[in-house]
Amino acid sequence: MAEPILDIRGLTKHFGGLCASRDITLDLRPGEIHALIGPNGAGKSTLVKQIAGALVPDSGTVHFRGQDVTRLSTAARARMGMGRTFQISSLAMEYTVLQNAVLGALCHRGTVWRLFDRVMRDKGLLAVAEEALEQVGLAEFRAVRTAELSHGQRRQLEVAVALTLRPQVFLMDEPMAGLGAEGSRRLIEFLSGLRATAPILLIEHDMDAVFSLADRVSVLVYGEIIATGPVADIRANATVRAAYLGEENAP
Amino acid sequence: MSWVLLAEQTLNGLSLGVMLFLMAAGLTLVFGVMGLINLAHGSLYMVGGFAAAAVAAATGSFLLALAASLVAAAIAGVIVEMTVIRRLYDRDHLDQVLATFALILVFSEATRWVFGSFPLFLDRPDWLGGTVTLPLGIEYSRYRLALIGIGLAIAGALFWMIAHTRIGIRIRAGENDREMIAALGVDISRLYTLVFALGAALAGLAGALIGAIQSVQVGMGEPVLILAFVVIVIGGIGSIKGALVGALLVGLTDTLGGFLLPKALGLVLSAPAATSVGASLASMSIYILMALVLLFRPRGLFGGG
Amino acid sequence: MTRESALNLAVMGALLAVPLWAWAADEPFLITLSTRAVIFAIAGVGLNVALGLGGLVSFGHALFFGLGGYAMGILAWHAQTYTNVTDWPLVLGGTKSMPLIWLVAVITSALAALAFGALSLRTAGVYFIMITLAFAQMFYYFAISWPAYGGEDGLSIYVRNGFPGLNTMDPIQYFAICYVLLLIVVLAVGRLAGSSFGLVLRAARQNEERVRAVGQAPYRLYLLAFTISGAITGLAGALFADLNRFVSPTMFSWQTSGEIMIFVILGGVGRVYGPVAGAALFILLEHVLGGLSEFWHIYLGAMLLGVVLFARGGIYGLLAGREAGHG
Repeated sequence: MAEPILDIRGLTKHFGGLCASRDITLDLRPGEIHALIGPNGAGKSTLVKQIAGALVPDSGTVHFRGQDVTRLSTAARARMGMGRTFQISSLAMEYTVLQNAVLGALCHRGTVWRLFDRVMRDKGLLAVAEEALEQVGLAEFRAVRTAELSHGQRRQLEVAVALTLRPQVFLMDEPMAGLGAEGSRRLIEFLSGLRATAPILLIEHDMDAVFSLADRVSVLVYGEIIATGPVADIRANATVRAAYLGEENAP
Repeated sequence: MSWVLLAEQTLNGLSLGVMLFLMAAGLTLVFGVMGLINLAHGSLYMVGGFAAAAVAAATGSFLLALAASLVAAAIAGVIVEMTVIRRLYDRDHLDQVLATFALILVFSEATRWVFGSFPLFLDRPDWLGGTVTLPLGIEYSRYRLALIGIGLAIAGALFWMIAHTRIGIRIRAGENDREMIAALGVDISRLYTLVFALGAALAGLAGALIGAIQSVQVGMGEPVLILAFVVIVIGGIGSIKGALVGALLVGLTDTLGGFLLPKALGLVLSAPAATSVGASLASMSIYILMALVLLFRPRGLFGGG
Repeated sequence: MTRESALNLAVMGALLAVPLWAWAADEPFLITLSTRAVIFAIAGVGLNVALGLGGLVSFGHALFFGLGGYAMGILAWHAQTYTNVTDWPLVLGGTKSMPLIWLVAVITSALAALAFGALSLRTAGVYFIMITLAFAQMFYYFAISWPAYGGEDGLSIYVRNGFPGLNTMDPIQYFAICYVLLLIVVLAVGRLAGSSFGLVLRAARQNEERVRAVGQAPYRLYLLAFTISGAITGLAGALFADLNRFVSPTMFSWQTSGEIMIFVILGGVGRVYGPVAGAALFILLEHVLGGLSEFWHIYLGAMLLGVVLFARGGIYGLLAGREAGHG
């Protein structure tokens, strides 16, 4: 089996008396989509924040590309190749779609400290940015102000910015939310092909998407991983059905 | 060095500290509850000073003057809150700074227009004049001692109010969650007006009390306002306890710095040089204190988060 | 041409046309007034790098304005008294050369902005506002209590400093110097806004989380912006002191910080040329309202209140519409 790119061991985080993450162990291997599911309040966002570096765990470690990054900042992890999309879109809202994509491409190239260039005429950056927009289906919206995009389109832009970073892994927090049926179908298709570029840790509520995309699924309930395994095993797992799927599938 | 002099300077530092607390308490409450930075707080201090001076001149009564400072500043506070400030709660800090800066301009010029540019003098009453003899033979101004007493009494009352009364509970709830307090059925805009008026009244009282030591004039509020900012940056914004600790620290640092630094430098420099360098350094001492606190506690001594 | 660039041209053109007309009509006072506007514009453009591009609400830019002023005052005073600024470890004399004074003013303010920025930027929001205000106040009191350079009374310089090939005492020539500097500064800041650094800095103002997620720590971006901002405002301070041939602690005062902020707000936050329009309007108001009433600050305050409450975006917001993405 391939070495995991992202390796999370024994991650624990308390907020006062509340245990938001309890001894979580999880990994992400090359070429796979690993979905993380769980009911609201299970601690998915807290976990993502610890992986991305926005929260420091009380104990446990995060290894990324073989290196212990538990104490590194969000920015440092991003530079190492963690491409994150946010649950609640986090974009520069006054910028155009293209500017947001160029921002990603620029920071990936690392030439941030040029003070007198004309960044929006930089052919290299524009090519990367436009390619990413093309891939997520936002090319025609390149000149639109981000604040004017629909929620679904903002998710697509999040993915596009992550693509410009040419990351080693993707952390995607509910990229489907707000997309219509057609948009979801296209994004599923796209993400499915993306796993060959870099593996994806996918937090998702849309069970159809999870079951059609994921290679493995982990189920998080009350801050604890209660099951990890291939899709078929998870579907069949009685504990999971009782704790989670039963509720979700109820009308 | 005379220990009596040192004790006297320490008491001066304390009296400056408690007066700064009166200013800082209102600022920090308004920030904690409403999330508003109010530069015009110094104007309310000035309103208190002028109201007291005018009433004292008309009636000759110092107590009436103090009452007038409380009432006038509270009324000014209510008017400003209802006409301008409440439009700013949902704005960003830049808008708040600018709008309240504009209020300073209006307040200062209006006061200059009514009272003129010359300082007014507010005399302390005879019964607070002269000195008292403290233990160890320390002679100290009765008035400044009264300031310390009044300041500490108000601090005590404020802590009690916040801990035990219904409005105190609402203030604490408002600091944590504005929506929750609205959901509890508390009329949030009345609470805000009340908190603002309370802060204004305390600032006005400080203006009157300090006005009797210095003088009452346009522009008297802003230097004190900036000191109060230093106080709450040190104490942690939103924390009353932080405001008290910060105020005493700043009061003592400022006063003792001005007293001790020239003496300390006198050990290595010639007398005139020590005096001038010492005075210059002393004028910077509280800001250096603030910088040190920031290095170790960027959110102040009692700041959350 | 967009409405914004048309307005830029109109503003810069008017600021040039008025003093030229005044020169032809022999109205030196009007030239001096225009020079003031140009210098304030430079200070505002400087503040706008921090405030408009970086979202850093500095209420302490008087610190840099004052440092620039004192750089001029101290160097020129030593030159006119034939004394040295320092005798040890280096013998450094004063100077009456403007370019040299500008260089010292810019470097001094940049270093101060770097140091105080490094400290202040550990905090954010309201803390940052109060701390920048407090540090400027620290310099104010220091300038008052430091007797070597005039203390509270300030320093007077008898003759305006020199610029090779020009007669700086001639109002229109000094105006020309300041106007060219403004032009250089505003063009440079325009390029800065559209540069790689500008793109990331303005993104950080909108959303720090986004900038972190693409691998940049906002702190260093802010620190560079604050340093550049302080340096430009310091240059304005040196020019202002030279215009008046006088420096005093007032240049460090919180009112000065407030006024520089007003230039930015009246013009329009984040618009590169906004502070130029704002400073010109401020001087106009000062002149017109000040002529009507001794208490013109009441009207200024009321107007500022109106702009903040009802016309956010200032002159540029009103006349040029919504901010474009800077290319």
